Amino acid sequence: MANQPMLSRYDKLLFVVLFLILAIGVLSIYSVTGGTLERSKTPFYLKQISWIIVGWIIFLVMAWVDYREMARFAYPIYGITLFLLVLVPLIGRTGMGARRWLSVGAFSFQPSELVKIGLLFALAKHFSDHYPNGGLDLKRLLISGSFLFIPFVLILKQPDLGTALSVSIIFISMLFVIGLRSRFLIYSSLITAMLSPFIGQLVWNNLKTYQKRRLFTFINPMEDPTGTGYQIIQSKIAIGSGGLFGKGFLEGTQSQLKFLPERHTDFIFSVLAEQWGFVGVLVLFVLFFLVILWAVDVAVKAKDLLGTLLAVGIIGLIFFYFFVNVGMTLGVMPVVGVPLPLVSYGGSAMVTTLGMLGLLLNIKVRRLMR
Amino acid sequence: MAGRYFPQEENRELESKIYWFFVILVAGLVLLLLRAWHLQVSKGAYYLELSENNRLRVVKTSAPRGRIFDRHGALLVNNVPSFNLYLVLADIQDRTRVLHRLSKIVEMSPDEISTRIEERKKGDPYAPIKIKEDLSMREVARIEGHGLELPGVKIEAEFKRDAVSGPLAAHLLGYVGEITQDQLKKETYAEVRSGTIIGQYGVEQSYDSLLRGTPGEKKIEVDALGHEQQVVQEILPVQGDDIFLSLDLKVQRAAEIALGNRPGVIVALDPANGDVLAMVSHPAFDPNLMSGGVSSEAWQGLIKDKDRPLTNRAIHGLYPPGSIFKIVVAAAILETELATAEDEIKCRGFVRFGKREFRDWKKWGHGEVDMHRSLVESCDVYYYEFGREVGVDNIAKFSAIFHLGKPTGIDLAYEKGGLIPTRAWKRKHFNEPWYPGETLSVAIGQGFVTTTPLQLAALIAAVAGDGVWHTPRLLTKSQDHSTDEITLAPASVGDKIPVSKKTLETIRKALAGVVSEKHGTGKKARSDFFSVAGKTGTAQVVGRETHAFDEVPEDLADHAWFVAFAPLDAPKIAVVVLAENGGHGGATAAPLALRVIEAALAPSDDALDASENVEKKPVSQEELENDHG
Repeated sequence: MANQPMLSRYDKLLFVVLFLILAIGVLSIYSVTGGTLERSKTPFYLKQISWIIVGWIIFLVMAWVDYREMARFAYPIYGITLFLLVLVPLIGRTGMGARRWLSVGAFSFQPSELVKIGLLFALAKHFSDHYPNGGLDLKRLLISGSFLFIPFVLILKQPDLGTALSVSIIFISMLFVIGLRSRFLIYSSLITAMLSPFIGQLVWNNLKTYQKRRLFTFINPMEDPTGTGYQIIQSKIAIGSGGLFGKGFLEGTQSQLKFLPERHTDFIFSVLAEQWGFVGVLVLFVLFFLVILWAVDVAVKAKDLLGTLLAVGIIGLIFFYFFVNVGMTLGVMPVVGVPLPLVSYGGSAMVTTLGMLGLLLNIKVRRLMR
Repeated sequence: MAGRYFPQEENRELESKIYWFFVILVAGLVLLLLRAWHLQVSKGAYYLELSENNRLRVVKTSAPRGRIFDRHGALLVNNVPSFNLYLVLADIQDRTRVLHRLSKIVEMSPDEISTRIEERKKGDPYAPIKIKEDLSMREVARIEGHGLELPGVKIEAEFKRDAVSGPLAAHLLGYVGEITQDQLKKETYAEVRSGTIIGQYGVEQSYDSLLRGTPGEKKIEVDALGHEQQVVQEILPVQGDDIFLSLDLKVQRAAEIALGNRPGVIVALDPANGDVLAMVSHPAFDPNLMSGGVSSEAWQGLIKDKDRPLTNRAIHGLYPPGSIFKIVVAAAILETELATAEDEIKCRGFVRFGKREFRDWKKWGHGEVDMHRSLVESCDVYYYEFGREVGVDNIAKFSAIFHLGKPTGIDLAYEKGGLIPTRAWKRKHFNEPWYPGETLSVAIGQGFVTTTPLQLAALIAAVAGDGVWHTPRLLTKSQDHSTDEITLAPASVGDKIPVSKKTLETIRKALAGVVSEKHGTGKKARSDFFSVAGKTGTAQVVGRETHAFDEVPEDLADHAWFVAFAPLDAPKIAVVVLAENGGHGGATAAPLALRVIEAALAPSDDALDASENVEKKPVSQEELENDHG
């Protein structure tokens, strides 16, 4: 095993795939925000490239340091990220109607992004330390569930429904793999069914009016064709009008003429679909499929349960982002405002996503080491 | 380790779960991909159309109206560039601030601007709303300079209607204005879009369909904010046809000057075909005020002015024809063979009829009067005597033959008919019998008789033109702007009046005498250059009777009439002059008619200058006596 190369052919292919996805993202951002924005400002695509560089540094860090070493600090990491999250409502910066950011000097970030890493480690460590043979029982479920519950409520309060749902995906993915005890599965589903109205009520009451409206609009976009429904309608028009081969680079009228909202962030997929058509969409899907395939391979080949669970959580998270974002632009998911991983403009998401991918590589590589 | 990825035994169970996990994720990807296929490939054409509708907006571009020329090709109405101010509501965030800023530049209060917006806004917030027309260069410069502080404020260079000579022939040329809501519902304007400038009065209105042109279309690409990016496709507007009027600018100008500030009318016709050579109605207005988007204040001022400057008195004003009517009654007398031209009556200055005394204008009478003298000296008694015998219904019959008492059918809107009374009419409207005394008033063109000045112009033109009556017409031809193709207006057919040549000859001779003979009432129309025939008239204003002769207030003073034609042997022009409250027709109206005739017949402009002097001659008392018509 020592004579095996550290990186397999598949790992090298991953780098190519990631490079292509990132390139698609930068090109798409460039196509809607242009080379220069204003004299004083750096163009968005250049900013994105610098974030990608930062992301790769994090990738290397996360790939380099043994994940088992990191897991030793799982609970402290979780505690710190949770602490930062608690700071948000106290000293956080408000943007676009939600208080999500913390500022350190000129640099601002979303603790809700970091808390995903914390939760990922905390849950993976908890489950691997206390592996419940034959599935979770009630006690384990409540303990592990409490890991999720605190950040979930805090993020929901910000309010950030998308991120709140995404942190729960980490929990749900791991839960799916570990499973519940069969008898307990029946009981817990019954209890969940009974509790769901109350939980639903809790979630609903914590939603802002605009979030509720988004959900209504998702059900019937034509009801509000100038507000939230406008975004869905324009996105569907953009994607649909792209046709099989697209309108061509910089030729998308929906995105170039600004009919499409949030072009470089949440609706970047629509920009891409309009310019490159179904062929472009297919290419992006294949690239993401390869990433997931590689990640599942990591999960299966992981040296220990900790690695497997970390990998599963990461896969669940990245897939969730992809699915919800693309589903939203296609009009099959509500507008919850999650980015398209590795493609949408935005530093926090880019760094966390690349960091998590680095962690996957870490897991993959460690299985060959002592 | 090969083939065994899970060191721990329990991970075998995990392995299958992870594969299931993977299957679910792949299923999710496939679902999304199917959805993308559905939108992009199955319904791609549909969404492509939606995206085209999104980006393309069709804007109508207004067509310049055709120009208006006189019969010799002199330009009467033109188009000139005008800068108009528009607001696009969708682009204005802080309306109060923008309006406040704007109001300082364009001299409109924010309230006025708001009112304009409310009046003119349509559903579409991107549709520009016209706020002010014809901005001064100063205003344009200031708005352009403040562009960034005035979002949503747009200046468009458009065409404005320009009546080259201002108020000249204002009533005839008319004015333009934005189509009204009521007009939009009419069949005539079925093809006209709201906001279009159409003719609202005069020739502009009568020949709007020729002048209007066809609006163009611009397909423009807009962004999500409605800002124009580029023109994708453009159909240019087609300018309306130029039209040529029968009007003779030289004659019109002479008539305008002759009438001066007096309220009144001058109409000149070509006896040969009814061509309107001049049509003046005073007081007038400046059509350019209207085309520049008249302010409601100025408009109200024009409407409420008691001198009614917006009324075309030539076709809309109803006046008793006074002694002009004697032409018709004379024809009736001769044609009914009640008397011959040679039969005389003795005029003692009045006629007693029933309890009433009907007076001649000449207190001591005209003496022995035959038909010739009755017209030359405008003897009232002659017409009291014979008119009574001819009877009101015969007078009405001959009035109808000469087309009096009904619209002439000139190509202008709002023409009135006037009234020629009959026994039947009296019974119908007053439920009273006709009193014979009333016939005496009718015989000298008073009483119930009213006509428009244009009717009298057409009458004298028919007398001049061998008894053929023509509908007065304004349009001679139109010219397509792009092909230069000329379309001639249909010629007037003419109505041969069923009156014998002999009768007409007798009347014409008498009318010549009115001007040429020593005791003629129309001597002031005498010309050194050519022979003029005419008839004076002095119409009593209703209500005058209550005042003593010398104390008649100005607005109840008699209307002065004069109808004329010249030259006698081959008439080229027929004129009617009405000077409201002008007093005696012979003194006031006749010289004005002469100036118009001279302008029309003079080979050069010298005659115009010569006629200038005529009016300035002091009028002696004796002349005044004789001038009375």
